[in-house]
Amino acid sequence: MNVPTELRTGVRDVLPLFLGIVPFAVVFGVAAVDAGLSAAQAVGLSVFVFAGASQLATLDLLARDAAVPVVVLTAVVINLRMLMYSASLAPYFRSLAGRSKAVLAYFLTDQAYALSVAHYGPLGEAEPSGVSDRRWYYLGVAVSLWVVWQLGTVAGLVLGTGVPDGWGLDFTVPLVFLALLVPAMKDVPTTVAGVCGGVVAVVAAGLPLNLGLLVGATVGIVAGLLAERGPR
Amino acid sequence: MTTSYPTTTVWAVVLAIGVLTFAIRFSFLALFGSGSAGGRSGAGETVSPRIRAVLRYVPPAVLAALVFPAIVTIEPTVIETLSNDRLLAGAIAAAVAWRTESVIATITVGMGALWALQFLL
Repeated sequence: MNVPTELRTGVRDVLPLFLGIVPFAVVFGVAAVDAGLSAAQAVGLSVFVFAGASQLATLDLLARDAAVPVVVLTAVVINLRMLMYSASLAPYFRSLAGRSKAVLAYFLTDQAYALSVAHYGPLGEAEPSGVSDRRWYYLGVAVSLWVVWQLGTVAGLVLGTGVPDGWGLDFTVPLVFLALLVPAMKDVPTTVAGVCGGVVAVVAAGLPLNLGLLVGATVGIVAGLLAERGPR
Repeated sequence: MTTSYPTTTVWAVVLAIGVLTFAIRFSFLALFGSGSAGGRSGAGETVSPRIRAVLRYVPPAVLAALVFPAIVTIEPTVIETLSNDRLLAGAIAAAVAWRTESVIATITVGMGALWALQFLL
């Protein structure tokens, strides 16, 4: 077993990603102050949820006093993609104890999933590198991300209380989503899903309970599925 | 805008989202026991193709539904709608996001464009 090497490799591989994670976390902290959350609640979101896009959407909806079920449902829908990551990683960690798997699950993010699967390669019959090594690489990546995310949240909270409203820092929130949206629209059906979801959300913005977001997202998903099946 | 929900409600929301998100993350990891069958190597093959197809469109649809209303506000005339600071700054930021796929570059250029437009217009 080679714990220190795999752990160190994981930490080294994740370092470049901090460039994207740090501003994202800081924006979350600033937005939490704007939304009227206490510092404890903002850190609570980062610790209990630890999923940036859903955390920002939660703030946005809380600030607009959206109905509580709408806030929770929106965050859950945004995090549903992690079902795929969980399924995809499961065979690699099959032989671990349940408690260990729960710890790995807690730290699961887009970045931890993507880096780990790329590092492990396809699951072979013989499995030359042991599950323990895999676990340490994953933890090197995932725990580093967790630490940076928490520190970035606190930095944003400190920054957020000192910045005047006139600077329009709330605009950083849609900018972060925009930076995530553009690469998510990578072919025709995903672009159709994005454009339809966005346009419908603008039109539905006045709906009660702030349902506009969920209506837009639902129409976007259906439009994407239709575009996929339609004539090419 | 600030929330008018009481502290306890906000905490309840935080905990509910936290628990449900953990359940999503743990789902398949928990199901795959060391004794269970299914040694196939395919990544994510245990999620049915239909669910996978839906999940594929969740990120673009949800992200767009978050972004569009934040930068597009429908005004009485087309000119007023299109000459909004945030829409113009958002369009410039979208071009940067497309070219660089970088969060930090998108935020920097987008905020710079917003401040420049507010100063000029």
